[in-house]
Amino acid sequence: MSYQLIENALGKMVPSHINGQEVVPYQGVGKYHPSGQKAAPAISSCANYPSSGDKTVANLKTALLKAGLRNGMTISTHHHFRDGDLLANQIFDIAAEEGVKDLVWFPSASFPCHSKMIRHLESGVIHHIEGSMNGPLGEFVTAGKMKGMAVLRSHGGRYQAIQDGEVHVDISVIAAPTADPFGNANGLRGPSACGLLGFALADSQYADKVIVVSDNLVPFPCHPWQIQGNYVDYVVSVEQVGDPSKIVSGTTQITKSPDRLLIAELATRFAIEAGIVQDGFSFQAGAGGTSLAFAIFLEKFMEENQIRARFVRGGSTQYLVKMLEKGLTDYILDGQTFDLEGVRSMREHPCHVDTSPFTSYNYHGKGNFASLIDVVILGATEVDLNFNANVVTHSDGKLLHGLGGWQNCLFSKCTILPIPSFRDRLPVIRDQVTTVCGPGELIDVIITERGIAINPLREDLIAKTKGSNLPIRPLEDIKEEVDKLCGKPDLPVLDEEVVAAIKWVDGTVIDAVRKLK
Amino acid sequence: MTKVFHAGKKGESVRSDCFITFCPEGSEIIDIKVTSKVEALYGRQILELARETLMELNITRGSVLIEDSGALPFTLMARLECAVRRAFPSQKAVSLPKLFEEEKGFASSRQDRLRRSRLYLPGNEPKFFVNAGLHQPDAIILDLEDSVAPEEKDAARILVRNALRSLNFYGAERMVRINQLPLGIRDLEFIIGHNVQLILIPKCEDKEQIIEVEKKIAELKHERKVEEDVWLMPIIESALGVINAYEIAKASSLNVALAVGLEDFTADIGAERTTEGKESLGARQAVVIAARAAQLQPIDTVYSDVANMEKLQESSLEAKALGFDGKGCIHPRQISIINEAFLPKKSEIDKAQKIVMAFEEAKSQGLGVVSLGSKMIDLPVVKRALRAVDLALSTGKIKENWREEIV
Repeated sequence: MSYQLIENALGKMVPSHINGQEVVPYQGVGKYHPSGQKAAPAISSCANYPSSGDKTVANLKTALLKAGLRNGMTISTHHHFRDGDLLANQIFDIAAEEGVKDLVWFPSASFPCHSKMIRHLESGVIHHIEGSMNGPLGEFVTAGKMKGMAVLRSHGGRYQAIQDGEVHVDISVIAAPTADPFGNANGLRGPSACGLLGFALADSQYADKVIVVSDNLVPFPCHPWQIQGNYVDYVVSVEQVGDPSKIVSGTTQITKSPDRLLIAELATRFAIEAGIVQDGFSFQAGAGGTSLAFAIFLEKFMEENQIRARFVRGGSTQYLVKMLEKGLTDYILDGQTFDLEGVRSMREHPCHVDTSPFTSYNYHGKGNFASLIDVVILGATEVDLNFNANVVTHSDGKLLHGLGGWQNCLFSKCTILPIPSFRDRLPVIRDQVTTVCGPGELIDVIITERGIAINPLREDLIAKTKGSNLPIRPLEDIKEEVDKLCGKPDLPVLDEEVVAAIKWVDGTVIDAVRKLK
Repeated sequence: MTKVFHAGKKGESVRSDCFITFCPEGSEIIDIKVTSKVEALYGRQILELARETLMELNITRGSVLIEDSGALPFTLMARLECAVRRAFPSQKAVSLPKLFEEEKGFASSRQDRLRRSRLYLPGNEPKFFVNAGLHQPDAIILDLEDSVAPEEKDAARILVRNALRSLNFYGAERMVRINQLPLGIRDLEFIIGHNVQLILIPKCEDKEQIIEVEKKIAELKHERKVEEDVWLMPIIESALGVINAYEIAKASSLNVALAVGLEDFTADIGAERTTEGKESLGARQAVVIAARAAQLQPIDTVYSDVANMEKLQESSLEAKALGFDGKGCIHPRQISIINEAFLPKKSEIDKAQKIVMAFEEAKSQGLGVVSLGSKMIDLPVVKRALRAVDLALSTGKIKENWREEIV
């Protein structure tokens, strides 16, 4: 093995090196203090770019070759089109054709449409992936089939890694719904409009070469320039840059499950009883049926009690847009748009503002927006009795999800995880989570259909909700009830070998995913 | 050719269930194979449970394949038993799951308990059972009748029995709707003595049906040494049932409520079911009157449009205005609306409290007549007020010391 296992501050054994690079084990929330300088891209000169401003080249392959595509490079793409992404697969098909090997794919997230990457992983075109791994890719990784070690980062952690020079992007390919020949681009218009392009911000600023690909090339200027052409090397015009029908995420439907509605209702009641829902407050509820239901119950309460939020954080959806248009919030600060109503609103409404992982999530900055939010609703695959939570693996050890902005959002003033107490017999409350993605000290409330557990560290929340008629119970108590129902689960048998490392928001390693036996 | 017997469900969309293939001739010793989507955590336990269950069922040879989609132990046991019974129809041995609260054992429900909302759950769908009580219906009905296909009646009986024994209903009354007689009599053999508190008898048309059920229950209770009461709720669903409603209501001392079911009723009288429901108003009133005359709780039919919460509320308030004490529901989201609708309104509670105080005052002074201000209050009104105050108390609408707060 090319690494040793060392114990981090949570007592988890994590690798000392990832793909040959030495890493710092997790030291605790706010305990790791970085030093040194940020990464600095090479200086460019206008002398090397056409003064006409026309950076278009014939096709993606030409752009990649001009950018110097070769063995061992790190290539980045982004998930603004979610499962409708058409570019990432093409890039690695081209690399395969050209006989290029050992690439690192550095996506901001992967989706089921990327399961085609498995053949490039098998053939050696791609050495490893640093980014979220879901579905088939995750199974491939946990089976121990990927050559290198996978690295999972939060959205903020991805920005931090690029900014700090942990990851050097050689070529970044940015899919843009609208662009001009100079490289200015946005996600607001065009047949593949997706809202904003925030996930590509760091790549545009720090990558050696930046390629913008669009199916809606407009004459200069493309405004607003969410991506600034001054960072861009080449522009490619294609027939279709993304599949618009799949850009809208399947997780933007409100849940119909009575149990999940009950959980969402309890979460809303908790926020109200805890005194959080007041004029000028803020909340974040992203995609996912339970969070959306939370937003809708909250909206009803706000309307009935004439409460107006100062801002809400998206992933925006039609539901948040409705709140903005009804005047129930002054602003939507949006990190990604989940449906076409969100896109329309961002285009038309001056107070529907696009944000980026830099403004919202980057931990190595002079503050970020995540810690300013009063209450945030997040999911989890598992939690344990210390309130640690897992979002990337399932109880059987399989890696099936990415981190998204989840870790970053934990810094809100009140973090609530509304989750079912078991799924298909699998208990969600464990003695120890399979993979720690977030430390318990940042997770304040766990809400299940069987009751609400408040982190003992949050004496303030406990005091505020005392005497309410909410079903508040110790987490141990809920766990015991579920274990009785499902039977106490055995532990899955896992190998020692690490197949993926989980980074904390500051770049330290919080946990590792083991190979399945 | 060796015969193979199946029980349960499998497939992409199946959750919390399993599919059993049992071949009694398959092997000289018992051979069990398990595939499960929760194999990593529960594979060993599924195998062990299967071994124990089959031993209790006296199965010592044959092969068993369990294709599991996250079934809980009570379901695994029920599906195994069902496959075995299908192979050996004269099978007497059973494999009973432990009671969920062994220390407490069975308990009767109160004859006059609240029965505002009763949630119907299809009797052969285990995934709905486990969390139903968390939505706080006054009652949960595990249904063996209309929601179960004829060829699955045997499977549903075993599953319902196991669920009654092993699941927490979180305070909801534990009800089962049996099939129309005579099939319903066979249903009783599976559930009496297994933690059931009330039996719904569908499509009641004459008192003999009630008497037959009462007799069978008494037999089974005696045989199984069960002491707890099992109450009855006949459902009136036909023209003849409406005509005989009072006789049916009076047929047994175990009757606690009388329900009306309108889907079948409207078809029976040759009417079309409309949203305003003029065609069934007479039947509903007849059931209320018969129930009240027999001192039973009158219970209204279900409201079947689960997406329309406003209409549900209207329909519930209308039912309450007609004199009903409760209503059926088919989706957990309907529960809170129904529960709220059948509680007395604030103004009703206020008035009831004044009447109750006047009544107590009159009693303490030994007066035979209750009066409020210059108005005399009739005894039925006093009774209704007492009921309203009780209801308000038991649901937390007023506090124990409410008298001190009334000036």
